[in-house]
Amino acid sequence: MGNVRRRFYFFMKKPAAQLKEKAKGKYDKLDTVLEKYKGRGGVLVKVLQEAQEMYGHLPRELLIHVAYELDVPLSEVYSVVSFYSLFRTKTTGRIHLEVCSGTACYVKGMEDLLEYFRENLSLRPGGITDDEKYSLTTSNCMGVCSSAPVIKIGGELHGEMTLEKLQQLLKEHENDKQTQR
Amino acid sequence: MTSRLRDELKEKVAQTKPEERHILLCGGVPCRSLRCLEVKEAVSDELHKHNFEEKVKVLETGCIGNCKLGPSLIIFPEGVVYRRLKTENAREIIEEHVLGGRLLEHLLHRDSISDELQHRREDMPFFQRQRRLVLKNCGMISPGINSYLSNQGYAALAKALTELTPEEVIAEVSRSGLRGRGGGGFPTGRKWQAARDTPGAEKYVICNGDEGDPGAFMDRSIMEGDPHSVLEGLILAAYAVGAGQGYIYVRAEYPLAVQRLERAIGEARKSHFLGDNILEQEFSFDLEIRVGAGAFVCGEETALITSVEGSRGDPNPRPPFPVQKGVWGCPTVINNVETLANIPAIVLNGAAWFAETGTEKSKGTKVFALAGKVRHTGLVEVPMGTTLREIIFDIGGGIPAGKKFKAAQTGGPSGGCLTEEHLDLPLDYDSLKAVGSIIGSGGLIIMDEDSCMVDVARYFCDFNRQESCGKCTPCRIGNKRMLEILEKIISGQGEEKDLQRLEDLALLIKNASLCGLGRSAPNPVLSTMRHFRDEYLAHIKDKHCPAGVCPELSRYYIDAKECRACGLCARICPVEAIYEVENERVYRIDPEKCVDCGQCQEECPFEAIEGGRKRKKVAGV
Repeated sequence: MGNVRRRFYFFMKKPAAQLKEKAKGKYDKLDTVLEKYKGRGGVLVKVLQEAQEMYGHLPRELLIHVAYELDVPLSEVYSVVSFYSLFRTKTTGRIHLEVCSGTACYVKGMEDLLEYFRENLSLRPGGITDDEKYSLTTSNCMGVCSSAPVIKIGGELHGEMTLEKLQQLLKEHENDKQTQR
Repeated sequence: MTSRLRDELKEKVAQTKPEERHILLCGGVPCRSLRCLEVKEAVSDELHKHNFEEKVKVLETGCIGNCKLGPSLIIFPEGVVYRRLKTENAREIIEEHVLGGRLLEHLLHRDSISDELQHRREDMPFFQRQRRLVLKNCGMISPGINSYLSNQGYAALAKALTELTPEEVIAEVSRSGLRGRGGGGFPTGRKWQAARDTPGAEKYVICNGDEGDPGAFMDRSIMEGDPHSVLEGLILAAYAVGAGQGYIYVRAEYPLAVQRLERAIGEARKSHFLGDNILEQEFSFDLEIRVGAGAFVCGEETALITSVEGSRGDPNPRPPFPVQKGVWGCPTVINNVETLANIPAIVLNGAAWFAETGTEKSKGTKVFALAGKVRHTGLVEVPMGTTLREIIFDIGGGIPAGKKFKAAQTGGPSGGCLTEEHLDLPLDYDSLKAVGSIIGSGGLIIMDEDSCMVDVARYFCDFNRQESCGKCTPCRIGNKRMLEILEKIISGQGEEKDLQRLEDLALLIKNASLCGLGRSAPNPVLSTMRHFRDEYLAHIKDKHCPAGVCPELSRYYIDAKECRACGLCARICPVEAIYEVENERVYRIDPEKCVDCGQCQEECPFEAIEGGRKRKKVAGV
């Protein structure tokens, strides 16, 4: 085992060290988190959750950084990231849309919402518009089944969705973004 | 409500002084999704305007339960419920009711069946027919520790620590007949006893709040609305099995539940219900929250353990069971949220009191999350053994828009469906198992005639395929193959052999998978095939989707018996797909040319044009 680990790090350390040079200063904020958890077992999920909260998504560079700092193989980090559906390795749009695809929402017509995005924004689940304005994912169930169908727009939950209500909400969010800027 | 009672209530409203009043506003997530917090702000603003903000308290509670009323508020002491509120209503509520003492009839709930105004919670059949033991505080108190303490909170813990030995606590729970509410239905007392009997210096208790079942939300509501009851149940479990450390595993999709639990843990520590020497006794226990990251399989106990340990949530073979070898290799008890919320009342009131409710083998109550095509969606707590008919029609108010009941899906992607013939089946663990479904965590999704059961099977199969962790082959590949066959049927390419193939695959996956996810993944397919075989056959043989859901099998066609050959459809068809059959005086649609616009069906004076995809209008009802 020890031998395998040593060999692994032989291959790992070089690019990681180079990347570290390249990513210098990029993940400073994360280092305080890493410092807090370093040397403790069972913290990988927590570190990644906090990292995603800070940076919005988890690019490969960041994963290498985490693997290097926590002294775990990159494959293990990647296996955790790809296993849990809430970890994202791609960027999100300025307005992130999350359609609930739980059973109640399915029965109440959540596919019509997805069709709306597909037809009007050429946006499919997991995708992002070319201008990076909207991104779309589906969630397996937000537990708000009694108000189905539900959608999360920019982290805010909206229930009993209709196409008219959706258009109205998108407009509101656009205006909000403009006034913020 | 009789007119006499109504007059009495009106009089009471008129006589109550404004400063005697307080307002409870439902702050559950469903109501929040309908902007109830804006209503709360508007109400507070109005009170402020009239200088009454000190005298009339506005409290935000957990989920009241009847989500179709939301956003709603209750004005005490009269108990009047106003429903479907908007910010504009705040002014009249304060000026007319709170300060003026006049009822606002247009904001009251009107029963859809009896067409009667219902003024209070007690008047509504939705609440009348429930028996709320677990949910007794939900929606009635604010989630803080003071409200909980004034409702007999932590009295059970005090009783257990001072009067009962751990063995006595286990005996009480065993005698009560409580079974796990997460789906398995394993006797809770036996689980505790097994963990207690396993030697080991360190033991753990875990609350499983990874409610991944799509369509279930009772655990979320309990964690948000009454977090201290879950904590108290967990502390009692720890005392019984001799654990020093516990975890609450919550889904990341429930941020409000995480926030409320964190606050509750802080409050409990301050009041010495957690930490060293709890209530100055020789018992120490502390707990930590672990937030999931979106994986359905983590609700399975061995997967949950690996996830708590910080790795990917892969399940492991059992035995060894978690009670023998769990978190960090130590004996671990894992209980569901609702199970734990039952514990304080059992310890406080005794096993005999609990066992009065329910059926012979399933004691107590069960909380169901009622959703889908039913008038009153929300949380329903009923004694075990209540029939489906009572839940759907008496409590839920029936199917909206005059549609017909078709199926109820229980147990989410691990369960099956119940049909019209099961409406009078008493719901408990064993009766549901006998008809090929499970009670599961209690999600109850009602479907009407607009749902295609083959597509429902595809939906669940796709869900299980996505959520399969990939560790064992039958589940990883079998579910994908099953999905492919179902997609083939839905696209109109199905053969009769496919049904046999599906069944063989399903049984193989069931028998050969490693964990509960795989072993129960084929259930929705098997159950829809058992109860709706004719619908499968319609897809395969007639190439027709009776519900009009599957696009490929919902083409338009002309019923030759009804057609009077007026030729109107042929004239309006934009793509000239309709032609007259020579010498037969009927018209026919060329499926190659038809673009499914549906104009002919709308215009046909004899309603001779059938089929077509019945578009679900989003939230049309």
